[in-house]
Amino acid sequence: MLGRFPALAGADLDVETGDVVLLSGANGAGKTTLLRVCAGLLPLRSGTAEVLGADLVANRRAARAKVALVGHETFCYDDLTVAENLRFAARAAGRGPADADAALERTGLQRVAQVTHGRLSQGQRRRLALAAAVARGPELLLLDEPHAGLDEAGRAVLDEIVRSAPGEGRTVMLASHELGLARAIATREVRVAAGRLHPVAAAGAPPAVSPAVSPAVSPAESSGVGA
Amino acid sequence: MKKVFLAVTLVALAATVYFALAVTPPRENQGGEAVRLLYLHVPTAWLAYLAFAVTAFASLLWLVPRTRRPEWDLLAGASAEVGVVFTALMLVVGSLWARPTWGTWWEWDARLTTTAILFFLYLGYLALRRTGATSDERGKRCAIAALVAFADVPIVHFSVTWWQTLHQPGTVFNERLDVKISGSMSATLVLAVAAFTLLYAYLTMERFELAKLEEGREEREVQRAIAERVASEGAVTA
Amino acid sequence: MRFLRDLALVAGKDLRIESRSRVALQQILPFGVIVVVMFAFALDADREFLERAAPGLFWIAVLLAALLAVGRSFSVEEANRARDGLRMSSLDPGAIFAGKAAAIAVELFVLEAVLGVAVVVLYDVSFTDVLLLACAAFAATVGLAATGTVYGVLAGGLRARETLVPLLVLPAVTPVMLGGTRAFQAALGLADDGWAWVQLLCAFAVLAVSAGIVAFGPLLEEA
Repeated sequence: MLGRFPALAGADLDVETGDVVLLSGANGAGKTTLLRVCAGLLPLRSGTAEVLGADLVANRRAARAKVALVGHETFCYDDLTVAENLRFAARAAGRGPADADAALERTGLQRVAQVTHGRLSQGQRRRLALAAAVARGPELLLLDEPHAGLDEAGRAVLDEIVRSAPGEGRTVMLASHELGLARAIATREVRVAAGRLHPVAAAGAPPAVSPAVSPAVSPAESSGVGA
Repeated sequence: MKKVFLAVTLVALAATVYFALAVTPPRENQGGEAVRLLYLHVPTAWLAYLAFAVTAFASLLWLVPRTRRPEWDLLAGASAEVGVVFTALMLVVGSLWARPTWGTWWEWDARLTTTAILFFLYLGYLALRRTGATSDERGKRCAIAALVAFADVPIVHFSVTWWQTLHQPGTVFNERLDVKISGSMSATLVLAVAAFTLLYAYLTMERFELAKLEEGREEREVQRAIAERVASEGAVTA
Repeated sequence: MRFLRDLALVAGKDLRIESRSRVALQQILPFGVIVVVMFAFALDADREFLERAAPGLFWIAVLLAALLAVGRSFSVEEANRARDGLRMSSLDPGAIFAGKAAAIAVELFVLEAVLGVAVVVLYDVSFTDVLLLACAAFAATVGLAATGTVYGVLAGGLRARETLVPLLVLPAVTPVMLGGTRAFQAALGLADDGWAWVQLLCAFAVLAVSAGIVAFGPLLEEA
């Protein structure tokens, strides 16, 4: 976070449960900032936002309980192994070691389960970040440039996780530059430009259930840098 | 309004100087002329703690959501900056007085020692203020730091006082430090405290106004950047 | 109790990291011992004087090592943005505080045991009241770890973190310094008010822990 830079100014968005929303846009448009706001990590200076029924302005912590973010960093500890990091992530989110093991298998990281985080390759770290998010068992999954750094197999894993999300009752928001791959798994697209959101004609109709995310942040500035 | 205040302050200070130097008598066994430093030492000691209390109280007002206003954070910072100067002054004057009076530059008495610790608590707080890049970053950290430090001061004072009594035979030491004041001396002392308190208030006000102007400029820059951003997106379509 | 469960989880995590990386064991501990040795050089290895100064020198060495331990505890959270991971978890912030402070305290206990031996050997002192020693060390260490953890999280994410935390911590733990030294002097048989100082240390520890539990949550949210 470098100084004060208004990343989002005037953003209106309504996301339904089971949606897979793609946020597209150039670098610096505000995609990361929007995701971090939805994760409850960045405070809103003005406007309103609600995630899974929890008000982001009044009670950020409550909103975070059911959200998981996959960002540029893994949020893990260099000296712990993959398995240990996943166990910690799961237990810290109130879940059990079984969830950690399941996430481990789902992302295909079994072979490196006993390798310490500091020695992982970039691609393995990206998978670990994904696994940690899944292990937390979130209702809302936020993915920031998830395709970056993943190889073929990794992208297949990502694909599987996102595609099965609606079936698992999860909602997904992902920001990506890999428009070809992302559009294939998304149900809607929203273009982010200079902090404003522009819906793009969607491929399929989203299943309308109760709103999962509705940040009607207009105007919303947050004290962070958008990327 | 401020000019009147400044005028009153300067008058009070001038009167203090006059009384301190010309009217009150020197003390034979307590430094002679140097005892006049008392009129500087006592007020600055009082202000060192008052300024910190103001910083802590303003920080508390800022922390409580209901009373939170950016002004409290600025006031806390302003008071601390003025306070650290008075604290340093108190320590230097105390030292200048100690030398001719007892032959040493420093005494490990409870008050001086506690004030020295206070000085370092101030320095830490001010260093923290300078490190936070934005007022949002600064606010909570500095407010909590101020309150923690303020809560610590009584404990420090208590432990230092207790530690002190174990080192020096009580009576001799108290005699050395407690100057018996009466008559014209006590009146002058009261005048000095009042004058310096006015000075503190004036300086803090000035510093506070300056801080507000700085904040205002930052805020305008942010608003301008936001406006630019909102305007520039007009060219981009999905 | 959820608080204790979260505390144990975080403390366990920190201690496991330590057991894997061995930073406290292989870097901070030797540092403490070197400080103890350096004092002997600085004081010209004056036997009699070292004996009298031993309690104070011990606590200075512990204090300096504690600063390193706090720095290490939080640099672990800075890497890979693990701090954000903690924020997004459903861990009770007070429990995170207590867990991190507990882990630091455990490391300091080990350090103090070794430094105690070093002091006994190098400065030629012998402790008469071991119970007083242990109680004083325990209370002082809890206060030290708690205060360090508060300032550690307070300065987290700031640019000048490594130099800022020592400046913030040292004046604040003056009572621990005074209390620890005096209690150890009593344990050496040089004074008789040791237990009173232990009470002061306990009071400080309680206040520090309370402040930490309350303030850690809001501070963790910063940056």
